Amino acid sequence: MADASSLGFWVVPIAVLGGAVRVSTPFLFVSLGECLTERSGRINLGLEGTLVMSAMVGYGVSYLSGSPWLGVLAAGITGAILGGVHAVICGLQRVNDIAVGIALMLFGIGLAFYLGKPLIQPKANILPAIDFGWWSTIPQLHDALKINVLFLIGVVLAPALVWALKSTRWGLILRTAGESADAARAMGYSVNRIRLRATMTGGFLAGVGGSFLSLYYPGNWNEGLSSGQGITAVALVIFARWNPMLCFWTSLLFGGAAALGPALQSVQITWGYHLFGAAPYFLTLAIMIITCSPKRTLVGAPAELSITK
Amino acid sequence: MTFAIETKAIGGRLVGDRFGAAAELVALPVLAVVVALIVFGGFVALFGVNPLDLYGYMYRGAFGTFFSWQNTLTRAAPLILTALCTALPAQLGMVVIGGEGALVMGGLCATAAGLAVLGAPPLIVQLVMAIAGMLAGGLWIAFAGALRHYRGVNETISTLLLNYIAIAILNHLVEGAMRDPASLNKPSSYSIGDQNMIGLIPWLGVHWGILFGVIAAVLAYLLVFHTTFGLGARISGGNLRAAKVVGLPVGKLVLAMCFLGGACAGLAGMVEIAAVQERANANMAAGYGYTGILVAFLARQNPLACIPVAILLGGIGASGGLLQRRLGLPDASVLVLQGIIFIAVLASDTFYGRFKIFQTNSA
Repeated sequence: MADASSLGFWVVPIAVLGGAVRVSTPFLFVSLGECLTERSGRINLGLEGTLVMSAMVGYGVSYLSGSPWLGVLAAGITGAILGGVHAVICGLQRVNDIAVGIALMLFGIGLAFYLGKPLIQPKANILPAIDFGWWSTIPQLHDALKINVLFLIGVVLAPALVWALKSTRWGLILRTAGESADAARAMGYSVNRIRLRATMTGGFLAGVGGSFLSLYYPGNWNEGLSSGQGITAVALVIFARWNPMLCFWTSLLFGGAAALGPALQSVQITWGYHLFGAAPYFLTLAIMIITCSPKRTLVGAPAELSITK
Repeated sequence: MTFAIETKAIGGRLVGDRFGAAAELVALPVLAVVVALIVFGGFVALFGVNPLDLYGYMYRGAFGTFFSWQNTLTRAAPLILTALCTALPAQLGMVVIGGEGALVMGGLCATAAGLAVLGAPPLIVQLVMAIAGMLAGGLWIAFAGALRHYRGVNETISTLLLNYIAIAILNHLVEGAMRDPASLNKPSSYSIGDQNMIGLIPWLGVHWGILFGVIAAVLAYLLVFHTTFGLGARISGGNLRAAKVVGLPVGKLVLAMCFLGGACAGLAGMVEIAAVQERANANMAAGYGYTGILVAFLARQNPLACIPVAILLGGIGASGGLLQRRLGLPDASVLVLQGIIFIAVLASDTFYGRFKIFQTNSA
């Protein structure tokens, strides 16, 4: 580690920056998916379960087929199915969407542990990264600039969703269902069907985020793979005011916070490893305390959303 | 919140048609559990396990022998208490899922307090531990209640985040300040000592924690349904505007209910330490907090109903070992079944008032 000592504490910000890009990707996909779902007027708290379940499926499919991209696709489809289950149950009268989310979170995690038992040992093919740091001779910087393709897809997806929500027919219908179910009904649209599609699309994106966990970073399957990234991403959507582009920036922020613990460990600071590991949760809570208010409805909140009503 | 409205509708129907509605309140969750068991049977059949074997072993592992009853009741004790952590704030229409965090904080603070007064007589040590555990758990959830009331922070998300934070604090302390250097493989705190453990109920062989749970549930039931305080909470849960019109102190109700719920979960943490674990370590976060949420929903947030439901789910948990040994099912099969039950019971909400058989009196 000669280079680490010559860089001194610069290792930490570099590792945080690299970590921000690496760790933020699941946050990004889950929050973009949740953003879509919530804009249609429903909240899916089950994405934590979706994340774990699809990480397991993605890893399994990649292991069996040898193709990590097939794993990503399978993970997305898994997410869409779980999203569909959420939407169908919530479509029944008098069923509470928050509670169904909690149930699906527990179910998804349980099912993933059940089916994933044989996948803890074997090594699956993982996703490739593009090397943007080839010019650098400093290994830490080189590592930080290895960027996964999924992150780049997320970078393109965020502004694309902003545009789609704002300017397409599909986006307008979705937002109408989120702002006033009655208005959407009056136009002759089925609110349940709109929300079914939004929740399934959201689940698909969250599933892709899950595949990133098992197929790139950390790049294996175990039962401690996701600990709260899914739920943090749901809270992040509130902070991002239901705007996909803000979801992108806040995901980077959260990724950086999550990378702080390992970065400090790399310079032999081990005190408080677990506390720094919980940094994203502290950050989420702090942000929610600062940005929420009991007196006014939040700017940008879909009017039909149960969580802000 | 739709949740609150739905409770109110059921409460309203109770007045006109008490028997039918009460029968419905019992019948629909039972039906949901039966449907969930059938679905789970189909699920394990996919893996070549005979569903009838499954049900047989589940019954034997949960309620079939004296020893399985002991195991079941030992698991039910913390479940009753963590269920109250969800059921009490639910009277105000809140969805609190922080039982796991409150249990961990309660157990951690109970251990710290117990270690601080280690020389005292065992009864004093246990009392100090119980008070410390309840205070810690209560304040932990009351914090989420305060955030909800004063800052409008959604309590479901905040309590879930607090679960992860509590586990991080636990790991931080048992690997640092509170660590017993002798605990090599699994970092743990110092032991509270054999003499300070709360023992077993003599002829039953189950620790006294189950009695704590039953007493807490009965007290919670009396509080919710037979005091003005409880009525005020239920009015606020049903209709916030009405509560404000009649001058109910909604903020105080929120804080008090959250504190009491959290205190119950904190007591569960204390019981886990003082009756089972003897020392604080990562074993504390065993998922009782999450199963407690399911208990509360299956009990329809009724504190008294939490007792039999906790025994049922404790039984399912207790049968896990037997399913693993005899049928080769992974230990996560209990989690899958719990998830299916949870989904089924929530979906059954839609059928309230739809079955004619329960409305014979009013028709």
